[in-house]
Amino acid sequence: MRDIKSILKDRILLLDGAMGTMIQRYKLEEEDFRKGWFENHQQPLKGNNDLLSLTRPEIIREIHSEYFAAGADIAETNTFSGTTIAQADYNLEHAVYDINYHSAKIAREVADEFSANEPNKPRFVAGSIGPTNRTASISPDVNDPGFRGVTFEELKAAYRQQTEALMDGGVDLLLVETVFDTLNAKAALYAIDEVFDERNVKLPIMVSGTITDQSGRTLTGQTTDAFLISVSHMDLLSVGLNCALGASMMRPYLQVLNRNSNFGVSAHPNAGLPNEFGEYDETPELMAEQIKDFLEEGLVNIIGGCCGTTPEHIKAIAELSMSYSPREIVK
Amino acid sequence: MSKSKHTLKLSGLEPLIVSEESNFVNIGERTNVTGSRKFLRLIKEELFDEALSVAREQVEGGAQIIDINMDEGMIDGKEAMVRFLNLIAAEPDIARVPVMIDSSKWEIIEAGLQCVQGKSVVNSISLKEGEENFIAQAKKIKRYGAAVIVMAFDEDGQADNYQRRIEICERSYRVLVDKVGFACEDIIFDPNIFPVATGMEEHNNNALDFFNATKWIRENLPGAHVSGGVSNVSFSFRGNNTVREAMHAAFLYHAIKNGMNMGIVNPSLLEIYDDVEPKLLERVEDVLLNRRDDATDRLLEFAETVKSGPGKKRVVDLSWRENSVKERLSYALVKGITDYIVEDTEECRLSYDRPIEVIEGPLMDGMNVVGDLFGSGKMFLPQVVKSARVMKKAVAYLLPFIEEEKGGKQEFAGKILMATVKGDVHDIGKNIVGVVLSCNNYEIIDLGVMVPFEKIIEEAQKQNVDIIGLSGLITPSLDEMVTMAKEMERAKLAIPLMIGGATTSRVHTAVKIDEHFTLDQAVHVLDASRSVTVVESLLGKKKEGFVNALKEEYSKVRLHHQNSRGKKKVLSIADARANKFEIDWKRHDIVKPSKMGLTEVSVTSKELLPYIDWTPFFRTWELHGKYPAILSDEVVGEEATNLFADATKMLGLIDSENWLNHKGVIGLFPANSIGDDIEIYDPGNKNKLLLTQRSLRQQGKKAKGLPNIALSDFIAPKENGVIDYLGAFVVTSGLGIEERISDYEKDHDDYNSIMLKALADRFAEAFAEYMHEQVRKNYWGYAKDEVLDNSELIKESYKGIRPAPGYPACPDHTEKIGLFELLNASKLTGVSLTDSLAMLPAASVSGWYFGHSKAKYFGLGKIGQDQVNDLADRKGEERDVMSRWLSPNIQ
Repeated sequence: MRDIKSILKDRILLLDGAMGTMIQRYKLEEEDFRKGWFENHQQPLKGNNDLLSLTRPEIIREIHSEYFAAGADIAETNTFSGTTIAQADYNLEHAVYDINYHSAKIAREVADEFSANEPNKPRFVAGSIGPTNRTASISPDVNDPGFRGVTFEELKAAYRQQTEALMDGGVDLLLVETVFDTLNAKAALYAIDEVFDERNVKLPIMVSGTITDQSGRTLTGQTTDAFLISVSHMDLLSVGLNCALGASMMRPYLQVLNRNSNFGVSAHPNAGLPNEFGEYDETPELMAEQIKDFLEEGLVNIIGGCCGTTPEHIKAIAELSMSYSPREIVK
Repeated sequence: MSKSKHTLKLSGLEPLIVSEESNFVNIGERTNVTGSRKFLRLIKEELFDEALSVAREQVEGGAQIIDINMDEGMIDGKEAMVRFLNLIAAEPDIARVPVMIDSSKWEIIEAGLQCVQGKSVVNSISLKEGEENFIAQAKKIKRYGAAVIVMAFDEDGQADNYQRRIEICERSYRVLVDKVGFACEDIIFDPNIFPVATGMEEHNNNALDFFNATKWIRENLPGAHVSGGVSNVSFSFRGNNTVREAMHAAFLYHAIKNGMNMGIVNPSLLEIYDDVEPKLLERVEDVLLNRRDDATDRLLEFAETVKSGPGKKRVVDLSWRENSVKERLSYALVKGITDYIVEDTEECRLSYDRPIEVIEGPLMDGMNVVGDLFGSGKMFLPQVVKSARVMKKAVAYLLPFIEEEKGGKQEFAGKILMATVKGDVHDIGKNIVGVVLSCNNYEIIDLGVMVPFEKIIEEAQKQNVDIIGLSGLITPSLDEMVTMAKEMERAKLAIPLMIGGATTSRVHTAVKIDEHFTLDQAVHVLDASRSVTVVESLLGKKKEGFVNALKEEYSKVRLHHQNSRGKKKVLSIADARANKFEIDWKRHDIVKPSKMGLTEVSVTSKELLPYIDWTPFFRTWELHGKYPAILSDEVVGEEATNLFADATKMLGLIDSENWLNHKGVIGLFPANSIGDDIEIYDPGNKNKLLLTQRSLRQQGKKAKGLPNIALSDFIAPKENGVIDYLGAFVVTSGLGIEERISDYEKDHDDYNSIMLKALADRFAEAFAEYMHEQVRKNYWGYAKDEVLDNSELIKESYKGIRPAPGYPACPDHTEKIGLFELLNASKLTGVSLTDSLAMLPAASVSGWYFGHSKAKYFGLGKIGQDQVNDLADRKGEERDVMSRWLSPNIQ
């Protein structure tokens, strides 16, 4: 199988779309989140989507299949909240290893099936590493701006565990995503590098930040180029942006990355902005039209979808991207 | 695509790119406890807000990186580093630049690295403790994503010659690049800047070795940068700034030529290489480049002749009088010497066809030099004001000739209208800005103080001015400025509006003023030194870019303000009251005043002199530092000393000729609190209510155990049945000042006019301090045995407080009305209140006395509308009216 780095030089790679949006289609109930694993857990678990890799693995498997069938090259594991820090809200710190290990394994198996059937289009699994629900750079207490709700050491320990479990489960690459606080991301990268060192293995790493509004800055105030500089100490496969904004609003910041990044550039925007009901209703056609601008400008190497996107969106983007060449990566 | 080869990229909230083409990168050094006594004190005393403003000033002053060091035995360095970095992260105007985490202790460095989201610089690591340790630290730094400064230091010690420097740097570089995989462009060498001219022969090559090592590093270690702390080199000449500045200039010139591209430099302690006096430069370079055996002796000898430290009397050097008349004019302007200006101007006039040409030619040339020096931080405000005095005198001399000739008219760069807004009487800042601008060839139309908006607009239209500048010191002036912006909009007056003065701010201008003014741009000007750049930008070709950048900045400020507004919650007034400051009221804690009722006081200037707090006086002149240390400050010491000498001279006249008339009235009364109110009773009849003082209560959400304070908490509650006491005062030192001021103005002497106003302000504050002491020791007498020196007075280490209406503990200016009536103050002191309740004369102070030992100063902070409504109801005032008075404090 060809190395992802060399494929990246030839064509634009497709990342899959939203996991949560797809899960919503199944109209799951509390019992779906408990089945066989957490039957007697004292707290409600509905909405803790990462658990479904354990309790309803067939659903996760099906979603990965749909995305691969739509043309995705890379599946993201169902592990966005798979850290002890994020799972602490549910008192499920002890389930973190299983969540990551099994999520990785499911995606691995589906990817391998697709790769076997289409050897000229190998499929990859990216271990999704979310930002957690804490921030290391901002105080949660407005009266005490020097206070912090989480430390670098705590983040590092949590990310270490997630990384190890994802690698044990067989991921091809790691995706540190939805970075709203670069310090959190740096803790993840620190942990990943330590694990790589100990195991003497290096997997490709993708980092994807989130520009929260049109000021062009992350939640913790960094400009896009400052964000890029702050994560460039690692040898990354790509740096990109995801979530928060729709495709067209993301474009100016992708241009910044395109100009300054020595790595690949990725983008997985939302399907527009949420409507008054909190739903994303941008159609595949509408989204593809905006992404066409990225492609024509040669801004990206990896493209996919975040909140609100579906296999239909990915299909539309996949068909479109075939006729464009990827952004040139100059080291 | 960017060329990343050998480009050091750092980041705070914003990027800093250091490429081959970049200019020298200036690293701020004030946030370093080992280098700044002030910063050390702030950290020790946990005055983090002030410590943050040190960082902010550096960034505003142009530091591209800030060095932070907490290595001091008396503080927990690790904790201080973490706390300070976390606090910086909450300040976008500081956090925008990268930080340099500076410590000799690895654990402090690592703790710091765990706090910064951007790409910082570690300062420093070295081979001092062997290769293994060096590798382990470098690996971690790489993982944390930081660049690193490597000291030329190994197991055998610090490199002190050329060979050792390059050997250690090369070895360090190879280990970092080959064994650690460190990006070569992230390596910055500090090849040790050591003092020269120390008198020890082995130090003679110190600078030269640094230059050569720098050159070698840049040529042989690809990608690596070179940095260092420049002021070290001139260590032997501490106290002689002329020589030090010259040494720094020459050192940097050679170091940069050899490839040094970043460093810790005090920008104000730096002369321009080309401007260094040639004889001095030659001797300095002899030393730096070790060009002759007697280099040190010759420099020391020369240094004696230029010695400029405080306390040394300089011999008046009149050799400049031998130069050509043009050179003499320029010299007089730059040095601020008025003695010969009329004769020189006359001589010059005779040699030109038309008198106007003297202004346009030599005089403007001289002022341009002044403007440039000031703009680049080489001249300070008092000097500029003195230069302006010279210019004005020369122009005044020429004017009759110009008028006689007809048609000749001075060409100005622009016309600027300045005014202190209605209700406000403070004009020192406004006058200073006017002087600075007129030095830069702008025509100033000064409408004075208490100018209503109608008049400003009328004059602006009539005179066709290019910019309006508004000034104000008290909080109600903020509202007046908003009105002014709205009225300009209504009058379709499409010219820029500059805002300045103590209570004004960038945030207020952005949020409250700029929004109402769409026809042109409103801009906040932080101090006089920025006014020239702002005006140039507003009137020149660059206006569009400047205005666009400003609009973007202000809209960000508004957004940030909006966002943070929602976040900071205030308690309900009921909850705040439930968390009041509790005092255990004991009868023996309360002292009955020895002299109740009103007492009129008048004192002489001489009596007040020891009570003057000089630090704010220097601040008025934009010289920053604490008195008396400021007199020997490395940067502004010389100018502060000169200014202080001029002030002392004027103090002599004030005293001997009785220029100022100091009058005051105090009153001491029985009082009790009822909730947030303080009832003040007639001393003769405790059942007779004279006045109810309404306090405001802090409403911010407090950390556990901290109270929400109101002034009324410091007075015994009526329900306890214990009678307590309260005092009040109004003092002024401004009576009689107007006559002198107008004399100075007639003489075109802004320098002395501003000087006198600034001194009168100081006297008023001193008077308040003096009276407070008299009250504590005599009139009230609760601290009869108190012995405090002036610095302890300034530090407010006495018992009891004297808060002033309109200031942080009680920002409600309208309380002054009752206070003045209670003391019959207008009649007894001659001080009156304006529409905005500013005191006239401006050099006046009023306030309350609280005597309880637990009473302390506090800031009210943000309050809720509920309290404002409640206060309005208690006072019987319209809610809208109170909301307007208190708007700066309302959440």
